[in-house]
Amino acid sequence: MSTAVTETPTTAAAAAAGGSPSAAPAASSPSASRGHVEITDVRKSFGATDVLKGVSLTVPPGGVAVIVGPSGSGKSTLLRTINHLEKVDDGYITIDGELVGYRLRGNKLHELREKDILKQRTDIGMVFQNFNLFPHLTALENVIEAPIVALRKPKEEARKRALELLDRVGLKDRANAYPRQLSGGQQQRVAIARALALNPKILLFDEPTSALDPELVNEVLDVIRELATSGTTLIIVTHEMGFARDVADTVVFMDEGQIVEQGSPQEIFSNPREPRTRSFFSKVIEPAFNI
Amino acid sequence: MSSTATTVAQSAPSTAGRPASAGAADTPTNTEKTAGPPAVDYSGYKLVPAKHPGRWVGTVLVALGLAAVLWSLATNPRWEWGVVAQWFTAQSVVNGLIETLKLTAISGAFGFILGFVLALMRLSASPLLVGVSWTFSWIFRSTPLLVQLLLWYNLGYLYEKVSLGIPFTDVRFFEVQTTTLISQFAAAVLGLTLNQAAYSAEIIRGGILSVDQGQLEAAAALGIPAWRRSTRIVLPQAMRAILPTAFNEIIGLVKGTSIVYVLAYSELFYTVQVIYNRTQQVLPLLLVATLWYVVITSVLSVFQYYIERHYSKGAVRNLPLTPLQKVRRFFATHAVKESR
Repeated sequence: MSTAVTETPTTAAAAAAGGSPSAAPAASSPSASRGHVEITDVRKSFGATDVLKGVSLTVPPGGVAVIVGPSGSGKSTLLRTINHLEKVDDGYITIDGELVGYRLRGNKLHELREKDILKQRTDIGMVFQNFNLFPHLTALENVIEAPIVALRKPKEEARKRALELLDRVGLKDRANAYPRQLSGGQQQRVAIARALALNPKILLFDEPTSALDPELVNEVLDVIRELATSGTTLIIVTHEMGFARDVADTVVFMDEGQIVEQGSPQEIFSNPREPRTRSFFSKVIEPAFNI
Repeated sequence: MSSTATTVAQSAPSTAGRPASAGAADTPTNTEKTAGPPAVDYSGYKLVPAKHPGRWVGTVLVALGLAAVLWSLATNPRWEWGVVAQWFTAQSVVNGLIETLKLTAISGAFGFILGFVLALMRLSASPLLVGVSWTFSWIFRSTPLLVQLLLWYNLGYLYEKVSLGIPFTDVRFFEVQTTTLISQFAAAVLGLTLNQAAYSAEIIRGGILSVDQGQLEAAAALGIPAWRRSTRIVLPQAMRAILPTAFNEIIGLVKGTSIVYVLAYSELFYTVQVIYNRTQQVLPLLLVATLWYVVITSVLSVFQYYIERHYSKGAVRNLPLTPLQKVRRFFATHAVKESR
């Protein structure tokens, strides 16, 4: 965690935002060299089921990769291997050249101790489908917990930064509300603020809008859209195809534990090469959307 | 309807107190304009809740029953309330009470601490830790507390001396007679604590299991260390499930301490036994002990209410008022009404 970036959020944001009017001034944007994700031939099985059958993917710093595909295709599992919530059976993942969850010693990869894994995770924010806010803590307490405990920030500094972040997701006036007093969309926006509080290089979104009422989806997507312009690397699993087309640099289509096809949104949505991709999109995208 | 509504609303106060049918018949001029069945406007009438005669009968019967019980308690001379009053705050009874509270506090505290450790062992990934924890609960839940207490007290019969040294050698740092080590108090605390630990382990484990797995995942993803995850994220949420049963256990323990009378340990129950064996006033003295148990349980119930309320933070949208707040609010609104 580079403190230089943390101390000069405004300059970094201004540089990365590129004049986008929606970008808030307090955006804590890492410099462009942070957050290069390299996934190499990752395999994972649960019992007899092979969930990931050799997945390789590169997301450049500041890139926005959107992973789509049918349920059970391994999207969420892949996402969870990136912050080592799920151990891989084979293959490896690096972030800015550093192995995630393992250390090379001799010719073996040794799993890191819990303490070191937790340290790595502070660079990788994660937003869950079911928000997973801590229900007994207020919105503000949810956001300041990790900076104080994991980054050992002074409480007052963490509080100030948390209020900035809550303001950025439009919830400054709800800072003292408990999660159950908030709507689903508001809870998810607090969860995004909580993930941002660690100044992560990378943000992982695991179906962030799947648990929301349709009318609340957009308030969350708008926040993610704004983040996409901020220079943080985003990897998003979603079923919102319109949003994927808007926001993605790369769309990755997964099926049965493999990446079937990846490319720009234009290539994947309008002109998919693989028949499997074509048949999936013909089911999930309304004809009017297919340009 | 809109034009008639205003006229009726204005005229309604004058019809207040009359039967509803008369009120409706009173306004034929207003309904003339509307087509179809005449629309009757019922605004301005007082709402009268339905009567529940059965509920009244039940209430009266129970009240009569209660009155009869209280009357007999007050007038039957054999309760010997004078004797109860005489012994209620007697020095020996108060001493027994203090011993009971001491046993409860020590066995309760150590029981729950050991129970917490056992619960964590049971949830660990090590098969040995799981097995040991399971076996502990199995043994101590399968044997009567009475037998456990007698066993601890008679440990000297099984092992004459207790010594600390290097196992499987003759080296001994110190050695002590078991009978001097295990006093009545030590046997009582040991038995109650270990028994309590076996039960509280399961209660705490149940509480921990009731917390959504996603909470741990979110905390891990945020880089929050394991100890902090347990104490700050999981336990406060588990407490909601743990507390009601835990207080059941503590209240059970208060009265459960009476079982150590078999060790002739002078807690509350043994003390009153000693007294009534001498004075032959059996029932009044049992009443003394009972009243003290009721007092302790009542105090604990108040604690339970406020502790549970503390841990329901965030679990309910708005905290319900405490009884004290309800009383204050009642007087506040009452005062407002009177001042009008």
